[in-house]
Formats: sequence, C-alpha cells, structure tokens
Amino acid sequence: MVITTVKSAYLKGVADGAPFILVIIPFASLFGLLATEAGLNVFESLAFSVVVIAGAAQFTALQLMQEEAPTLIVLISALAVNLRMAMYSASLTPYIGAAPLWQRALAAYLTVDQSYVVSIAQYERAPEMTVPQRMAYFFGTVTPIVPFWYLFTLIGAVLGAQVPESWALDFAIPITFLAMIAPMFRTLAHVVAAFVAVVVSLLVTQVPYSLGLIVAGLAGMMAGAQAELWLERKKGTAP
Amino acid sequence: MIDKSFLWIVIIGLGLGSFFLRFVFTGLVGNRAMPPWLLRHLRYTAVAILPALVAPQVLWPAATGGETDIARLAAAAATLGIGLVTKNVIAAILGGGVTLYGLLYLL
Repeated sequence: MVITTVKSAYLKGVADGAPFILVIIPFASLFGLLATEAGLNVFESLAFSVVVIAGAAQFTALQLMQEEAPTLIVLISALAVNLRMAMYSASLTPYIGAAPLWQRALAAYLTVDQSYVVSIAQYERAPEMTVPQRMAYFFGTVTPIVPFWYLFTLIGAVLGAQVPESWALDFAIPITFLAMIAPMFRTLAHVVAAFVAVVVSLLVTQVPYSLGLIVAGLAGMMAGAQAELWLERKKGTAP
Repeated sequence: MIDKSFLWIVIIGLGLGSFFLRFVFTGLVGNRAMPPWLLRHLRYTAVAILPALVAPQVLWPAATGGETDIARLAAAAATLGIGLVTKNVIAAILGGGVTLYGLLYLL
C-alpha cells in the first residue's frame, strides 16, 4: 500500500502492527496472572499495565517486590530494563522531533518494542513520508497492540490461578524477546554486544536485585560500541 | 503479600520514569544533535539488555526451580534460529512455542 494521505498512513500502521496481537495476548495475560498471584487485585493489576505499559519492566518490578527489595532498587532495576526506551526515543527523534509537543508526548507514552521496531523500519523504507504521516503511522501501529495489552492484563488477572502451570506460560517472555532480538543482529557489532551481555549476565546472577542486568547490559553496549569502532577502522584502512 | 503503599509508589514511580525515558530525546532534545559516542552506545542497548535479561531464564528457569530444562532450552534455540533465518518475529514465536509444547508433551 502506497502512503498518500495521513489516513492511509494510519491504516498501514494498523495493518503492520496487527500481527503483534499474537505476542501481546500471552504476554499481557501472563502479567495479569502473575500480578494476582503476587497478591494484587484486578484493579491494581490493570492500573500497573495502563500506567507503566512496559511488559519486561513490569515483570521485573513484580519479581523484586515479592522479594521485598527496597523501593529504590525496584525502581532502578525496572527502569534499567526500560533503558532501551531512551534509545528508541533517540532513534525516533530525527523522524518525529518536529511534530507538535502533545503528539510527541502521546507517542512517548505509546513507545513499546513493537511500535518502535515497526515504525523505524517504515521510516527508513519511506523517507518521503511527511511528519504528520509518520505520526499517523506510529499511532496506527499501536492501535491493535495497546488495547490488547490492557484487555488481556485484565483477563489474566480475572482468570488468575485457574491457568495450570503445565501451560508453561512463564516461557512466553523469553520466547517473545528472543524472537524480537533475532532480526536485530544486522552487523557483527550487534552479535558481539549480545554475546558479551549474555556471558556477563550468566556470571553475575548472584548479584542481588537484578542489578547484574545493568552490569551485563552496559558491558554489552560497550562491547558493541568498541566492535563498531574496530569494524569502521578496519574498513577505513582496507585497500 | 506486597504492601499497598509500596505497590502504588512503584507503579507511579515506574510510570513517570518510563515516560521520562521514552520522552527524553523526542521531547527534550528535539532536533538538536547528540554526541556520536553516546549514540554509538545507545545503538546496542536492545541487543545487549534483552539477551542479558533472558539468558539466565533460559538456562535456569524459575518454573523448574532453577534446573536446566531440555524443552525450554530447545524452544529458546528454535526461536532464535528461526528468527535469525527468517527475520520473522511471528514465525520465530510460533516455532518456539511448538518446540516447547512438543517437547513438554514428549518428555
């Protein structure tokens, strides 16, 4: 579909975001379910998803609260998991930085892995899009995703402990993340970053309150940045 | 049981913090340029943080009490493998799910 108007941009966004409903349903249900298991009521579980709207960070916070970690540690660890959102924001800035402030604020609230990945790919493919078309496309991608995030948090919380453990829903998270990471390995530097982060994360599992994640993530980012510099230098000096 | 005031401090704090992270560049930087060294590190946030988050869960899942589980290990490998080959998120998720349930049923 060729984007000619703001409306067609929005509709293409909806179409491109739709497949992620498959991911969001188990993910959101699992959060609602684990939240009620941790003692949250249905309203609190839903409020968590509406206010924070970040799956991985919510799971991290829930886990740490159950371990009775200090408030500051819960916030820092969960926000560390969400640090990638700052990268998404940075990466979106050249494309939507000129939009009105209220639209950028709304887009910020709605920045999730799926809306970011789908939108940035579209912006790179179609540089002729105007800023209003880009915003419309972005809001299109979240239209099928975010309502399901709320709705299935609610359904998961209501169903609660009725879901048997043999469904192995715990593994929906690793599978979802692995599936989303796989297409991101565009260069050797990405592979190096992931490899170093994984090795460090396995070495620091004894570090309390998920702080090992921050250490592993920073190590991976530094390794990726250094690998990129090395690759650039190698390319520069090659005949 | 999680204390209620503790819970709401975390929900609201996490909501504000997450919004700040998502808004910090699009909202506050706008069209100004960021230093190249920072962008270079930020580019690898996703590929570093997400694997670091899942690696311990794949090797030592909480659901099995931390014991390595062949079905989960194979499902993770299938997801990553299919994702790398097809670049298709949905195919990777379905492949991982089928592997997980297939092996949980068989083993």
